Amino acid sequence: MTIRVASKKINFLILSFFLYVSPALAISPGEAFKDDALEERARSLSVELRCMVCQNQSIDDSDAPLAADLRNLIRAQIQSGKTDAEILDFIEDRYGEFALLKPRFDIKNAPLWGLPFLLVLAGFFLMRSFFRNAPKN
Amino acid sequence: MIAETGHFAMILAFCVALLQSTLPLYGARRNHQGFVLMAVPAAKLQFILLLWAFAVLTVKFVQSDFSLWLVTANSHADKPFIYRLTGVWGNHEGSMLLWILMLAAYGAGIAQFSKSMPDTLKARVLAVQGMIGVAFLAFSLFTSNPFARLVSPPFEGNGLNPILQDPALAVHPPLLYAGYVGFSLAFSFSVAALMSGKVSPDWAKWVRPWTLLAWLSLTLGIAVGSFWAYYELGWGGFWFWDPVENASFMPWLAGTALLHSALVTARRNTLHSWTMLLAILTFGLCIAGTFLVRSGVLTSVHAFATDPTRGVFILMILGVLVGGALLLFAMRSAGLSSADKNVPFQPVSREGALILNNVFLASATATVFLGTIYPLVIDAFGLGKISVGAPYYNAVFVPLITPLLMLMPFGPLSGWGQSEVLPVFKKLAMAFLLAVLSALTVFIVSAGHQGGAALGVGLSLWLMLGALADLAKKIRFNSVPLARLPKNISKLPLQQWGSVLAHGGLGVMILGIVGTTAWRSEVVQAVMPGAVMEISGYEVTFDGESAVSGENFTAEQGEFSVRRGGVDVTVLKPEKRFYTVERQSTTEAAILKNLAGHLYIVIADETITDGTASRVVRIWYHPLVAFIWIGGLIMALGGVAALTRREVKSFSNDSV
Repeated sequence: MTIRVASKKINFLILSFFLYVSPALAISPGEAFKDDALEERARSLSVELRCMVCQNQSIDDSDAPLAADLRNLIRAQIQSGKTDAEILDFIEDRYGEFALLKPRFDIKNAPLWGLPFLLVLAGFFLMRSFFRNAPKN
Repeated sequence: MIAETGHFAMILAFCVALLQSTLPLYGARRNHQGFVLMAVPAAKLQFILLLWAFAVLTVKFVQSDFSLWLVTANSHADKPFIYRLTGVWGNHEGSMLLWILMLAAYGAGIAQFSKSMPDTLKARVLAVQGMIGVAFLAFSLFTSNPFARLVSPPFEGNGLNPILQDPALAVHPPLLYAGYVGFSLAFSFSVAALMSGKVSPDWAKWVRPWTLLAWLSLTLGIAVGSFWAYYELGWGGFWFWDPVENASFMPWLAGTALLHSALVTARRNTLHSWTMLLAILTFGLCIAGTFLVRSGVLTSVHAFATDPTRGVFILMILGVLVGGALLLFAMRSAGLSSADKNVPFQPVSREGALILNNVFLASATATVFLGTIYPLVIDAFGLGKISVGAPYYNAVFVPLITPLLMLMPFGPLSGWGQSEVLPVFKKLAMAFLLAVLSALTVFIVSAGHQGGAALGVGLSLWLMLGALADLAKKIRFNSVPLARLPKNISKLPLQQWGSVLAHGGLGVMILGIVGTTAWRSEVVQAVMPGAVMEISGYEVTFDGESAVSGENFTAEQGEFSVRRGGVDVTVLKPEKRFYTVERQSTTEAAILKNLAGHLYIVIADETITDGTASRVVRIWYHPLVAFIWIGGLIMALGGVAALTRREVKSFSNDSV
């Protein structure tokens, strides 16, 4: 059933793909902050947020009007003195966790963040058993 | 009528595949020589039939025969010749036929070229290839028939997605499929060995060349795809961690691990079960990738449309083929591992390094897999919707793979069986010193702001110089007089260049990735003719714009003269195209390509400010970016060099 639900979403997304993806051009003139440090913050936040009407793009890469709105929103928030974490919280409240390209570090996502490193450890462990029988020189 | 012969050839190929997948197995089991020998002509016949089917479809596309549904849906008579040709695989059904054709080609390749292989093993391998053929031919015939007719053909077709109307379409999918499908042979070899319940010491030596061929095709395919995205999508990104890119990256990682473990198996006659498991999983990931692209469960820029029934069908193929193979593996592998000669080796040895490589690459593969399916799993359990995008992979993949890159140069320099750390490190001392120095330089020059870039530059140099150290050892750089070196280099067997080029190429690629990621600069401006923009030492003047038209599009073309240090360099002409049939726009970047960096210009919409129209122009400078693809090419060349190793030959005359 996941498949069917997804396919409806896909039809919509395919449509939006043709509307928005092809020229992926990101920020427009006049959008940027004059202050380099603020601009750098705005850009690094943009990279972490998903363009909701695009396929798999951050709002930093996307030319969609909605992405531009979000970029302006972020800049307004930075202007008003909010921290990066507060801004991400704000976006998540408004659009859901789906908007974050980097999933939260919480219990639900523990396997996502933990498994890769556990696997390496498990690999080392298996490897050790391989060498245990090997005679020392 | 001709189209029907194509369709008929596919059905015949399906029947041949059915026979090929059953009778030789029976023959191998009952020692019936006739059925065993049948596998070879069956594999060749299947290939010839599919070649006919593919040729027919190609002719229909070139002729623009709109009585075929597929041609109508994906082509147009006004499309330039090359895109009518390559449009054959610019759609789901046609690309599936190409996939199957390549599968049959690999089968025919084994039938033709593996003369030294025992007949029963060959029969079993070809039978398994036949099973894969049956599955995918059924998929094609029952859900994705490329030869379906229209009752009343239209006068004109719907055209092809303009993004696909690019020369890269000629090579990207075929290379990628040659990679995916090529791993089917590693799979078939594994299943064949598991079926027979025994494995000969030469097994890995037969598997390795085909795996190499698949690996180098996949490497090139991914590199071309990345370059295509870079110039076509309009801002110079080269890798997006898009689910479909991941779908090609997973088999690449697993296949790379497979190449290295097959090396241990071939050389030391051990690790058989792991190499087989890896072979099964690698091809499993290839099918899973096909599933992801074509089923519509994932959102991606590549999604080939999206028919759930097709998705279910591919999932069934995946379940039966890979599930069956894994079951067989579970039942039989214990018996096989007794074939492992228990050659003792120390943790610090070539084997140790290769196994370590497998630990990291297998974990990396699993990570990409996890990131790709985790949102689906979370969604399926009703835990909400999450996105796993580039920031996640950068956060997890980079720390995961960095230790592997740090250890990489040690591998080819360490000896089989056991090795001392110190002598190996001595050979790498100079490389280490230079890499650390360059990393420190970057760190200090950037006043500590670019730690990531410093690490990247250090790793890149470490790999490139490490590869040179590998070469230095192979040509005995330190122990022969300088005058003899040219002779030593020219006499070095080609296969010895494999690891040098593949490992060094990765270093070159990392240099490109770091360059464009860390030092990219960007200018976005609304300009009127005469405006001058400055970026990274270039002076770019907007000279104006004009309307141009191509065979099937109209375009606004900007003209930019580029100067550097007061000297004219070139004129760049980016376009904003409108494809009239498809009614879609594309951005055609104009790029000044140098090894030092690419100057990348695109034009966007017109904006009206204070009553005057101006053109939005975006210019990027991507330092060192070309090295990404040059590195990929060098890696693939390493694969070619390694391929020259004779199929079955004693490995003992290697220099160690």
